[in-house]
Amino acid sequence: MADQIHSTKLQDKIERNVFALLFALLIVLSVGGLVEIVPLFYLDETMEHNQHPEIVWERSDEQKGVALGQLVATGGWKAGDGVRPYTALELAGREIYIREGCYACHSQMIRPFRDEFERYGHYSLASESMYDHTFQWGSKRTGPDLARVGGKYSDEWHRLHFRDARSVVPESVMPNYLWFETTPANANRIPRSLRALKAVGVPYTEADIAAASSELQGKTELDAVIAYLQVLGTMVKFEDKDYRK
Amino acid sequence: METTQVEKYDFDVVRWFSIMAVVYLVIGTLVGVLIASQLAWPWLNFDIAELTFGRLRPLHTNAVIFAFGGSVLMATAYYTVQRTCGVRLWSNKMAWFTFWGWNLVILGAVITLPLGITQSKEYAELAWPIDILIAVVWLAYSLNFFMTVAKRKTSHIYVSNWFFMAMMVMITYLHVVNSLAIPVTLWHSFSVFSGVQDAMIQWWYGHNAVGFYLTAGFLGIMYYFVPKQANRPVFSYRLSVIHFWSLTFGYVWLGAHHLQYTALPDWTGSIGAAVSLAMIIPSWGGALNGMLTLSGAWDKLRDDYVLRFLIMSLAFYAMSTFEGPVMSVKTVNALSHYTDWTVGHVHAGALGWVAMVASGALYHMIMKLWNTEMYSAKLVNLHFWLATIGTVVYITAMWVSGIMQGLMWRDYDEFGTLTYTFVESVAAMHPFYVMRAIGGMIFWAGGAIMLYNVVMTVRQANARRAVNAATANA
Repeated sequence: MADQIHSTKLQDKIERNVFALLFALLIVLSVGGLVEIVPLFYLDETMEHNQHPEIVWERSDEQKGVALGQLVATGGWKAGDGVRPYTALELAGREIYIREGCYACHSQMIRPFRDEFERYGHYSLASESMYDHTFQWGSKRTGPDLARVGGKYSDEWHRLHFRDARSVVPESVMPNYLWFETTPANANRIPRSLRALKAVGVPYTEADIAAASSELQGKTELDAVIAYLQVLGTMVKFEDKDYRK
Repeated sequence: METTQVEKYDFDVVRWFSIMAVVYLVIGTLVGVLIASQLAWPWLNFDIAELTFGRLRPLHTNAVIFAFGGSVLMATAYYTVQRTCGVRLWSNKMAWFTFWGWNLVILGAVITLPLGITQSKEYAELAWPIDILIAVVWLAYSLNFFMTVAKRKTSHIYVSNWFFMAMMVMITYLHVVNSLAIPVTLWHSFSVFSGVQDAMIQWWYGHNAVGFYLTAGFLGIMYYFVPKQANRPVFSYRLSVIHFWSLTFGYVWLGAHHLQYTALPDWTGSIGAAVSLAMIIPSWGGALNGMLTLSGAWDKLRDDYVLRFLIMSLAFYAMSTFEGPVMSVKTVNALSHYTDWTVGHVHAGALGWVAMVASGALYHMIMKLWNTEMYSAKLVNLHFWLATIGTVVYITAMWVSGIMQGLMWRDYDEFGTLTYTFVESVAAMHPFYVMRAIGGMIFWAGGAIMLYNVVMTVRQANARRAVNAATANA
């Protein structure tokens, strides 16, 4: 009775041997992930800039000797010139954005719908977040999408909004971030952040890393967060373009 | 019956995990009630960095998933594997290592998350040193489980153990790959992946944390405790074989449905949606297998409150595993994504399924482990009703607010312009955020009653044991 097989021989064998069960699981559980994830690393169509190289900013050799923050401040890169790494100040702002868990309520991923186009702007491209380690697409819009918030509000508006969100948007449920304007941006850590990102493929130069700390001197966390928000969605030019063709 | 066999197995570690599970249930849902209230009344952020919604939300999710869920999974796995295999744990010491290690992880989460130390991956926020500790503890837990199964006295491996094993393997895959990061400092790191690949890996992780940690693991619980509590064999062995292999193979594909219409390529989202639809079959097969175990004995529900928890959990499981595939359909997802509907769906599963089946299992175990009845059966029943009503209030509020948000965002007036500004949709959510907080509070009250009941039960059992020992000595 105990040896009667109630299903198939294979199933019966697996049920009697923990290592056979373990082996079967190792295989069965890996298929879906392999099929869905691995091709994203090598299929050219995944990233729009493989068809449209102008999406990504090309930094000339002489520009590589100048720190990114300096380049952006002096017009060496202008909005619409293409996706580039964040400047030290923007990156510091991004680290604060992550620290405060902003992604829990704000998405950075506009979908290709008419209402999202009118509310937020052109749908997001995969290439636009190619340097975003860790991605910030979000999953919830308790607050509005921020993928293209750059340039929509003045720096002064953001200052007021972080100090007291309900003073500018009475219905808002966002917390106030009073400590942003009193805390200096973390100038000690920022070179290490750039170096870590460089190690995983973000094209920072030695000049960027060398200047990173000084670019944060005298800046508050509020300056950094606003710098980050103001660049979001402004890197790629969308007029008269369809990058998904 | 078996209640006299307590000394035959390594149950002390199970006792401690069980108690901690109830403690963490109360704490985790309390943080949930706080952050739910913050969305209704933002002054509750108190302008204190460590108490803002953005920092406490990961604390809530980590507390309920890893502290509560993890303690339940370890308690039940160690309990059932000994019972179903007829042997002691392979290593009792290693089990105790997982107890202290896991609680250290939780302590780390409680300290680091409010400080803003996070990797910003939902449900995988913890800093990289804590991630390494999680991996070590998880592998010790898994190894101990596998080796205990390997030295079992029974010829076949019981079905609950298959599900636990599937969870252990898959969580190892997920945790290791999704946590690959380049450290900047001891408490700061970046994901080695970026953008679209990072997003796919995160939601492969995110959905399978639900699919394996909160589903396969808890199905393992269901397959042991439902038949035990009902005192009847599982309805169908063949159905459980089908349930198991289709669930393990299929769930892995679902993560892509979190990224419909995003910059993720269409083919990936479509595969995710297609497999999601197919998952109704194994999910409902499993739910039916559990429920029909009661066929011919439905009258037990009248006075067995523990069984009520288990069966109600299967009803919520069936409901949310129907809702999930519906939400993965592209046209529905276009509306539901980014809204509270998703939050409601998660809580239908987390409160209705996970917490309910866990509560049933915990009550069952506590009575067996301390060889006693519960201090108050009435309070078990009260907990059951508070949990059920709280869950229903919560998910109803989120259905209404979620669908309303989705409709408001895409609404056009007769001039062809957007009818509502974003902030009008925020204002419209207020009553539902209040309702949700109340639902959560009701659910939390049930958990608090459970904690009281468990503490009193254990105290009573210990006191009785002391008296018995004293009379034996006299």
